[in-house]
Amino acid sequence: MYADMVTARYYEERLQEEYLEGKQPKFDISAGPIPGELHLAAGQEAAAVGVCHHLRDDDVVTAPHRPHHVAIAKGVDLNRMTAEIFGRETGLGRGKGGHMHLFDPDVNFACSGIIAQGCPPAAGAGLAAKKRNTDSVAVAYLGEGAVDQGGFLESLNFAAVHDLPVVFVVEDNDWAISMPQERVTDVEFASKRADGFEMAGVHVDRDDAVAVYEAAAEAVGRARDGNGPTVLSVQVHRRMGHFMGDPQSYRSDEDQEAAMDRDSIERMAAHLRDHGVDDEAMAEIREDAHARVDDAIAWAKDQPKPDAESAYEDVFTNPPSGVTDTEPEFDLAETGGEGE
Amino acid sequence: MTVDRELTMSRAVVEAIGTEMRENDEVFYMGEDVADYGGIFDSTQGLLEEFGYDRIMDVPISETAYLGAAVGAAQQGMRPIAELMFVDFFGVAMDQIYNQMAKNTYMSGGSVSVPMVLTTAVGGTYSDAAQHSQTLYGTFAHLPGMKVVVPSTAYDAKGLMHNAIRDDDPVVYMYHKRLMGLGWLPSPTGPKTPVPEAEYTIPFGRADVKREGADATVVTLGLHVHRALDAAATLAEEGIDCEVIDLRTLVPLDRETVIESVEKTGRLVVVDEDYRSFGLTGEIVSSVAEEALDALEAVERVAMPDVPIPYARELETEVMPAAADIEAAVRNVQ
Repeated sequence: MYADMVTARYYEERLQEEYLEGKQPKFDISAGPIPGELHLAAGQEAAAVGVCHHLRDDDVVTAPHRPHHVAIAKGVDLNRMTAEIFGRETGLGRGKGGHMHLFDPDVNFACSGIIAQGCPPAAGAGLAAKKRNTDSVAVAYLGEGAVDQGGFLESLNFAAVHDLPVVFVVEDNDWAISMPQERVTDVEFASKRADGFEMAGVHVDRDDAVAVYEAAAEAVGRARDGNGPTVLSVQVHRRMGHFMGDPQSYRSDEDQEAAMDRDSIERMAAHLRDHGVDDEAMAEIREDAHARVDDAIAWAKDQPKPDAESAYEDVFTNPPSGVTDTEPEFDLAETGGEGE
Repeated sequence: MTVDRELTMSRAVVEAIGTEMRENDEVFYMGEDVADYGGIFDSTQGLLEEFGYDRIMDVPISETAYLGAAVGAAQQGMRPIAELMFVDFFGVAMDQIYNQMAKNTYMSGGSVSVPMVLTTAVGGTYSDAAQHSQTLYGTFAHLPGMKVVVPSTAYDAKGLMHNAIRDDDPVVYMYHKRLMGLGWLPSPTGPKTPVPEAEYTIPFGRADVKREGADATVVTLGLHVHRALDAAATLAEEGIDCEVIDLRTLVPLDRETVIESVEKTGRLVVVDEDYRSFGLTGEIVSSVAEEALDALEAVERVAMPDVPIPYARELETEVMPAAADIEAAVRNVQ
């Protein structure tokens, strides 16, 4: 878990550097090697690893627009994810999806840039598992700002009434862009929403990966054993703006500093130290993680840009006659993907 | 009257909203991040300080609830302005938009009116991929019951916003992100125009001939007005004289101005950042064919091909209509 946490954090730091290239001194969102919006998840790693470390490749995860930490914890191919973020031909979506829309069917990972809209498909994956009588589970990640969406609330009811193997993980970073939680809901924790659907709800009040892991063991176990869904809310913190370029003028310095002080990775390191892991071993883990990230970024930047004509491909899996579509020309097995 | 000051489109929109709110206590604004943030696309910048949270309302991320609440308040006679941050998010609340906001007047036999404005950001050009880059003019103009406004300059934006707020029907006001004058998403030079301080309205259903010409009629709206004007400038050097028509509103649609122009030029190019099939380009071409077939010598459509908008810059550039595509289309119809 520590390895994935430091990988995710360093990955975000490196993406930030790459993203800002060409956007300085004047920030222009359409300039630089990574254009478009970029939503970073630094500070939310505990929610990703604490849950995903219970999951297998056949378990399904749907992530929201802030997906990298969850993707890393789920085992998404780091090289091809990075190539996608750089808009390259060998990216997970051949350069068509970008950072908010990452799909890796090998590990059953998907994303949506629309708030809470990963919840219904997660319920659907749970439904498929139930119908096929397998023990795979589905996990929908969403932010605390998303819990007022119909897509979330309707999915809770659907999952509850059908006893589906779904865990709804609410990453509570206190901010829905510029809106603090108390201005958008009177419900203290998202897990309390579960009460209204007669389903299990659990809140972890600190960004402690071990505490999340323990709570998730119960939630994922409940789903895997056929005992229905859970809402698991996890207090995390948002170290950055909502997106890169967000001036955060709505946010007080104290709140920002408090978020920076609460470092789940430091907490995890302290836990490991208490359990006899020495600093040297942790430094090695960090070095490996950094090397893996640097390699992925270097590999991605070296990948070919998509041929403009490929814009017309992939609209359909089975293109109607007259519609342009072809198979990808490269062999995925030879893309240097990690294949883990 | 000469006007010295120039405004960005966002400032012009905000000025109109502020004026209407000052004059009418029944006007209020609801949306995500519209208060402290001032709107992600600067659509409410500075309004919170004057009007407070009661009238510049941040809302939960619950489009069904707050867009539907705008419908309900409007049916009570208030004049809400509700912002859908990106038009791409329409799907989570489409029932309230399509089945309630747009239809209640008709289904009530005219006994109910819904005097609200739905503002929303449209457009790509900055690699934000398929869920954050659409224009969807056709989606909103297709179903009856909503007036649909698409300004291309600050001057038009202000006059159209005054008109939208005062209109007794639901108005969908679609502004292109690339035209707003955002610090982080530079605009072309065209949309920043002189804007009078005094209030004025631009009636719906009157297209604006942004450039007069004799050889071809280019019909478009939004960002692509500026791309068409760029194309026209290049073509003028080759001796091709384009007329550029900015539709400004889709519902009502000023077919007359388009037809008159085609009767003069005989050649029609329609440019749209929305998808090609079943949309605006087909509507304009068929309208001209119905009314002025004899005058019509050649037609070209320049639009987003029928693919979701891709992320990578090379791919988005490929599908996004550019000035060069418009130039090529105009040459083809000569």
